[in-house]
Amino acid sequence: MANKLIVAPAPHVQSVQSTASIMRDVVIALMPALVVSTVVFGADVLRVVALSVAACVAFEYLIQRFLVRGPLTINNGSAVVTGVLLAFNLPATIPWWIVLIGAFVAIAVAKMTFGGLGKNPFNPALVGRVFLLVAYPVQMTTWPLPVNGSFDALSGATPLAAVKHGAAADVLGLQEMLLGNMPGSLGEVAALALLCGFVYLLWRRVITWHIPVTVLATMALFAFIYALSSGESGAALWQLPLFHVLAGGAILGAVFMATDYSTSPMTIRGGVIFAVGIGVITMLIRLWGAYPEGMSFAILIMNACVPLINKYVKPKRFGVK
Amino acid sequence: MQVLLYTILTLCVLGILAAVVLYFVAQKFRVEEDPRIDEVEKMLPGANCGGCGFAGCRGMADALVKRDDISELFCPVGGGDCMKAVAAYLGKAAAEKQPEVATVRCGGTCEKRPRTNDYNGVRSCAVASSLYVGETACAFGCLGFGDCVVACAFDAIHINPATGLPEVDPEKCTACGACVKACPRMIIELRKKWPKNRAVYVSCVSKDKGAVVMKACKAGCIGCGKCEKVCAFGAITVANNLAYIDPQKCKLCRKCVNECPTGTIRLVGMDPLPREPKAPAAPKAASAAAKEPVKEAPKAAPVAEKPTPAAKEPVKTAPKAAPAVKQEALKKEKAAEPKQTVAPVEKS
Amino acid sequence: MKTFPMGGVHPSENKLSGAKPIEVLPLPDVVTIPLAQHIGAPAVAKVAKGDRVLTGQLLAEAASFMSANIHSPVSGTVTAVDLQPNGQGLRQMMITIKREGDEWAEGIDRSETLVRECTLSAQEIIARIKDAGIVGMGGATFPTHVKLSIPPGKKAECVIINGVECEPYLTSDHRTMLEHGEELVVGVTILMTAVGVSKAYIGIENNKPDAIAHLREIVRNYPGIEVVPLQVKYPQGGEKQLIAAVTGRQVPPPPALPIDVGAVVCNASTTYAVYRAVQKHMPLIERVVTVTGKALKNPRNLLTRMGTPITTLLEAAGGLPEGDCKVLNGGPMMGRAMVQLSSPVTKGCSGITVLSGRDALRRTASQCIKCAKCVSACPMGLEPYFLSKMTQKKNWDEIEARMVTSCIECGSCQATCPAYLPLLDWIRLGKQTVMGRIRARAAAAKK
Repeated sequence: MANKLIVAPAPHVQSVQSTASIMRDVVIALMPALVVSTVVFGADVLRVVALSVAACVAFEYLIQRFLVRGPLTINNGSAVVTGVLLAFNLPATIPWWIVLIGAFVAIAVAKMTFGGLGKNPFNPALVGRVFLLVAYPVQMTTWPLPVNGSFDALSGATPLAAVKHGAAADVLGLQEMLLGNMPGSLGEVAALALLCGFVYLLWRRVITWHIPVTVLATMALFAFIYALSSGESGAALWQLPLFHVLAGGAILGAVFMATDYSTSPMTIRGGVIFAVGIGVITMLIRLWGAYPEGMSFAILIMNACVPLINKYVKPKRFGVK
Repeated sequence: MQVLLYTILTLCVLGILAAVVLYFVAQKFRVEEDPRIDEVEKMLPGANCGGCGFAGCRGMADALVKRDDISELFCPVGGGDCMKAVAAYLGKAAAEKQPEVATVRCGGTCEKRPRTNDYNGVRSCAVASSLYVGETACAFGCLGFGDCVVACAFDAIHINPATGLPEVDPEKCTACGACVKACPRMIIELRKKWPKNRAVYVSCVSKDKGAVVMKACKAGCIGCGKCEKVCAFGAITVANNLAYIDPQKCKLCRKCVNECPTGTIRLVGMDPLPREPKAPAAPKAASAAAKEPVKEAPKAAPVAEKPTPAAKEPVKTAPKAAPAVKQEALKKEKAAEPKQTVAPVEKS
Repeated sequence: MKTFPMGGVHPSENKLSGAKPIEVLPLPDVVTIPLAQHIGAPAVAKVAKGDRVLTGQLLAEAASFMSANIHSPVSGTVTAVDLQPNGQGLRQMMITIKREGDEWAEGIDRSETLVRECTLSAQEIIARIKDAGIVGMGGATFPTHVKLSIPPGKKAECVIINGVECEPYLTSDHRTMLEHGEELVVGVTILMTAVGVSKAYIGIENNKPDAIAHLREIVRNYPGIEVVPLQVKYPQGGEKQLIAAVTGRQVPPPPALPIDVGAVVCNASTTYAVYRAVQKHMPLIERVVTVTGKALKNPRNLLTRMGTPITTLLEAAGGLPEGDCKVLNGGPMMGRAMVQLSSPVTKGCSGITVLSGRDALRRTASQCIKCAKCVSACPMGLEPYFLSKMTQKKNWDEIEARMVTSCIECGSCQATCPAYLPLLDWIRLGKQTVMGRIRARAAAAKK
């Protein structure tokens, strides 16, 4: 026989998606927000993102090459995603060395120590961000003003911080919130662009709608009940929920961070529990905690619950009532 | 000063309270355990390989202490000495078992058994075996994906990339039987371990008919029965087109090795018997059969060149270790062909 | 549009031969007939070397209730009854017949005339089906007479005809429904009589609108039969999935059977064979085989006698392509790769799929990224990533508790994995091991 027969167990069909294509889709989905952010905060944005991505990829390469001596997996692009997400969580004017430290914590501490992609219990980019937030609070909360904005009233405070310090929830107009014309981390401000990315991810079947929608719905519901119980009425009843959903890192966290594969539950039902947890903790921190924003803490806390959720929440079995 | 005093006092009281609570809890939840179990566990090798049938050495130690009759319990890793020591400690009768070694009964090397297809699934013998015949046309032979290698806790079995077959390191092998269980084709057998790792065995388990075997593999047993006829000890039986050498009856006389037309009977650690130049010197074997082995000689030779230290040893050391019957057998051989038998001795 | 409740994937359909009418393959010169072409005990040979046999003559008799008769697909001389390699290269008992002409046995009606009336009782129908050696022709090869013999205490409520053909590439059921629709529907009425029900559904996926329209037109004259269009989703043709899609009822986990929810499922080609067996006395000696593949010159649907060598079919479709390729008995989702192409077509062989080039080789697996796509894809609500991992760790108790025995081996998990992990390879091994342990426990409990 001239040509050899190939044998393998069924099935003989493989997915059109690959790990690399999924990571590429996530990066593509983040691009609109990056463009908006560059327009809002200027070229600093590109510098921070480029540095963060380069550092993440380099750290992963070095660790795999010299420390773990395992197969190289930087080709699958997961380090690029971590790099972009980390940068999205930083102010545009952050000093370059802090970016490097953040990238090191994200890749070396949060990802590679647990065995790399798929084995890390906490979202690497968020671990990097939270580490920086605790270690360099001043630099991490020095928000640049939008290049062409006119928000003297806020004097460099994020809307959430402003509200925390007593401003009303309608401190910014809906338009500014959607377009991201406000101070904040460089990737979190452009709500509309992030939502475009969300739609792209849904269309490419990278994620399902359950976690993002549940997180945001829980937050809105929580804010609504809070507004109701604090005796608000009229416009404030919908303004506060809308504000909390659009402000800060809510959308970035719900769409891109909470849906991180290895740090979210394996079942849809588990994912919904996880998402409700994130929404509630975020709102608790925002309304009563010391920090103006609680998304990253909420996601990390719920990341810790994922093994427990996976253990007890099993998919509905066929034929079992 | 007073603050300091109170602090110390409070802590002391707390400490005493905790100690009392801990004491009662320890009393209540104490597990009575025979201290001998610990001792026996220390005497066992501690490999936790499961070769005894228990999950680990602790389970084995527990059974050894608790059971009255321990004659059915045996630690293949520790061997007879270990069991004797344990039995002496416990005052029970130990199981006696001769040392054994895992033996891979397949000689289908890459060159003797051509590959007919490419396997593209999980590299696991168990998976491939339940799927199909394997990468060669032999439905009995080694698949070569190394389930036995994974199963071995002692690093004693490895796939030789040149042959594609697993090879056992007899020094490291403890005869725990993990590879025997792991092999889906039941190729690996625990056989009696001769001194200096000598062995004679049929390296094939194919029950196919001769013609089918020959098509698939040049090293397969075709069930011709020549070895059965030549064996003076009744150690060889041919059933289902397959010869089997009973390790208990075999005396390593090596006559069958030269008789085998396909070189399937494998000789380890010893030089093969010299072959007679022509038919007249072989009265026992059929005349037709005598011709074939001569042709096969160069093929059979490399099999015997197993790089074990014993191979270098001259044959004359064999009688020392072997039982009396074997000595007689060797003597007979020597008497039959006096000239040739000296040759290997001289060489070394 | 109806479909099953959970999981499922949608691989590229690649129905290359969907528009090709059924063609008759010339009779082969030599046929080899395995004695085990069905689930259950192999049949017992009733002929010996040198015997003359006629087309349709009984070659081997069912060894027990859970077995099936085997008939000669050609007339000629038996040249051997011995072990021959099957498609997987494993040796099985087979009867080899050298063909001489095509002389048919007495009593078989070979005409195309439609016979609608069937006045037989349920027992008589089942007896005729048993005599004809009919087994499930979708691939599972479960003896049909066993399926139709409702165990005491159980009651059938409906017959479901499986015209889903959710496997990519395959089109043999599709063509049978189009070209033998009326006979098939008569077959449905016969099955309804056999199990004593007045309701039958024909489930067809929506990618075969012509078959849906054709059968809908026919069933107008047959009360109680309904054509159910189904959403295109693999593995809709799985028995449990089809029942859930059509009736909404879920068969409980093993050892429960479809009859526990009152359903009797029968494949479309099998139903046509039932018609031929009961109305025409035609034993199961031929079937439609789709020979397909992107690299084949002429993918087509061939009416083939059992026992025809696979190579003959491949040649009829233009021969194997250049280079390494994978030849499957069945479709790409559940088909078994073959190494012995001289092996014969059997009762369960609905298609020969040739995968070549990039399709033939698996891509390199990387590590699990916990994307949970396998969990979402599993039509049985299992956790494939976990079962696969635990099988590798030999944690049999854990996978048994996580219901590995419910796995239907559809391959949806592996086909959806972006890391290309061989999930089902492992799960299948785990399932086999757990089944063995359950059997061993049952045997020990009996003692």
